[in-house]
Amino acid sequence: MQNPAHTGLAEKKKDRPSLLKRFRKQWDLQLMVLPPLLFILVFSYIPMYGVLMAFQDYSLFKGFSASPWVGFKHFEMFFNAPEFWNVIRNTIVISLLKLLIGFPAPIILALLLNEVRNPLFKRTVQTISYLPHFLSWVIVAGFVMSMLSTENGSVNMLLQNVHLVKEPINFLALPQYFWTILVTTGVWKEIGFASIVYLAAIAGVDPHMHEAAAMDGAGKLRQIFFITLPAIMPVIIVFLILDIGNLLSAGFEDILLLGSNPVLRDVGDVLDTYVYRVGIQNSRYSYATAAGLFKSLLGVLLLVGANYAARRSGNSLW
Amino acid sequence: MKSSAGDRTLLAVVYALLAVMAFISFYPFWNAAVISFNNGTDTMRGGITFWPRHFTLENYRVVFGDSRLINGFLISVLRTLVGTFVSIGATAIFAYGMSKTELIGRKSYMVFCIVTMYFSGGLIPTFLLIRSLDLFNTFWVMVIPGIISVWNMIIFRTFFKSIPAGLEESARIDGCTNWGVLFRVVLPLSGPVIATLSLFTSVYHWNDWFTPSIYISNADLLPIQTKLQQILNSNIMSEQMAQLDAAAQGRMGRMKAVTTKSLSMATMMVATIPILCVYPFLQKYFVKGVLVGSLKE
Repeated sequence: MQNPAHTGLAEKKKDRPSLLKRFRKQWDLQLMVLPPLLFILVFSYIPMYGVLMAFQDYSLFKGFSASPWVGFKHFEMFFNAPEFWNVIRNTIVISLLKLLIGFPAPIILALLLNEVRNPLFKRTVQTISYLPHFLSWVIVAGFVMSMLSTENGSVNMLLQNVHLVKEPINFLALPQYFWTILVTTGVWKEIGFASIVYLAAIAGVDPHMHEAAAMDGAGKLRQIFFITLPAIMPVIIVFLILDIGNLLSAGFEDILLLGSNPVLRDVGDVLDTYVYRVGIQNSRYSYATAAGLFKSLLGVLLLVGANYAARRSGNSLW
Repeated sequence: MKSSAGDRTLLAVVYALLAVMAFISFYPFWNAAVISFNNGTDTMRGGITFWPRHFTLENYRVVFGDSRLINGFLISVLRTLVGTFVSIGATAIFAYGMSKTELIGRKSYMVFCIVTMYFSGGLIPTFLLIRSLDLFNTFWVMVIPGIISVWNMIIFRTFFKSIPAGLEESARIDGCTNWGVLFRVVLPLSGPVIATLSLFTSVYHWNDWFTPSIYISNADLLPIQTKLQQILNSNIMSEQMAQLDAAAQGRMGRMKAVTTKSLSMATMMVATIPILCVYPFLQKYFVKGVLVGSLKE
């Protein structure tokens, strides 16, 4: 009654029909997957292969196949470029700052939200804090510009009202404020959404442990540090490893949108924006690809390193 | 159980901190909305925070009267609808095929897909590929590269596998082919997962400004987010100009009911409204979506 091709058992039989016959029999199924796979081949694998142009002097007119191979020339140029160390410093500092502040922030928010007993208050805070995640970076950048504007931006108005400053500060034109702005904006945008996973993890903690601790006289604060946090540690570590793997993606859209003022280039140039500026805007394709490839390699090293460290502490991704 | 004094203090601190955080989360949005409803020149006098002082709809009248902005809005709508429909449709079909254990080559196909989640060619090779495919300055450059999402495929596939096999079997006995089963049995049962993934995909399409900014130079094809980015960029310049020549700028400003600032705030609001419209639905589904996603990681 059943078509043997549709049961896994048939494949184990010795006398199964030839591969070609079986393939023909399920042509309609293959038709569902082969075009998408071809699509992935074109839009994912061809660019992966195209990375090899980092070792070429790629020119638009000659194309990939006819461009001459030059070995590590572009990597050497990148390492010796005057802006190299600046870009590396910015990438590392900005991403470390984001990790240091942006990583614990949602965990703290989740811990705070978990203590709230009033469901309406809890839901309101959650609804508001998730919203920025769904706004585009353009909108968020618009908010930041408006808040920090020298022409009656709310932040400057507040600072003037409490007499911290006399003249409004042009925050987005002063390099010393840029990192703070980036980190604050990033936390503002993602803190709520990132807390969802931790809230779910906290909800999974056995309430009996809290009851037992309360019996023994542990206050809320102690329960947080000695029960909740250790219980959700595996989740925290998995997300920490993933974040470390992404460490070199210090930010792209935010820096592109907020750091457009040329005076910010010294503090705002990171690997991703550098690749964009040199590659797309200045059309130095091979050189930019080399810089991008350098970033990917470092990223893989970081991920493997973080996972190695985590495995020694008993948690790991794979 | 009675709570100690320390616990009650802690709870008060918790509520206070959360209230402050909610305020900071919401204020920029609220303030931008208020400015968009306030007379532009009046805004320049300062002090606009929680409530419009000089209420006007003039900013919105200008935004909706500007055919370029309306055009950008329509492009965004079109892109979001077409992009989401094509991507979800194609990815669902793909995922159904991949969910069948009898599919020949299934394991290697899967590896082929998963590799792309960890490695990518990066910005420049992708840029040159799009260029050589002649997708520059076309509407389709915003749709085609994102059609197949491996991530969504895996989520779909996990869901399809959880559908009881008996339902499919009975459809097959009634003479349904694989495609028939997919469209008559599987997809009608997949409402929640289709809704979740469609919402996330459409938010991506609505918010993406970067793809059009590098691939499209024809202003008639730019979506509202990219247009907005250009407006904000020129605002920075005009603010710098204003500092150079504050007096002249002030004189000009006094004549205008609509300023670049009030106008860009109104445009920002228009570009955000669709997100706010789907947000209640999003909120219903995204908690589930995030958790499915994190399990896969």
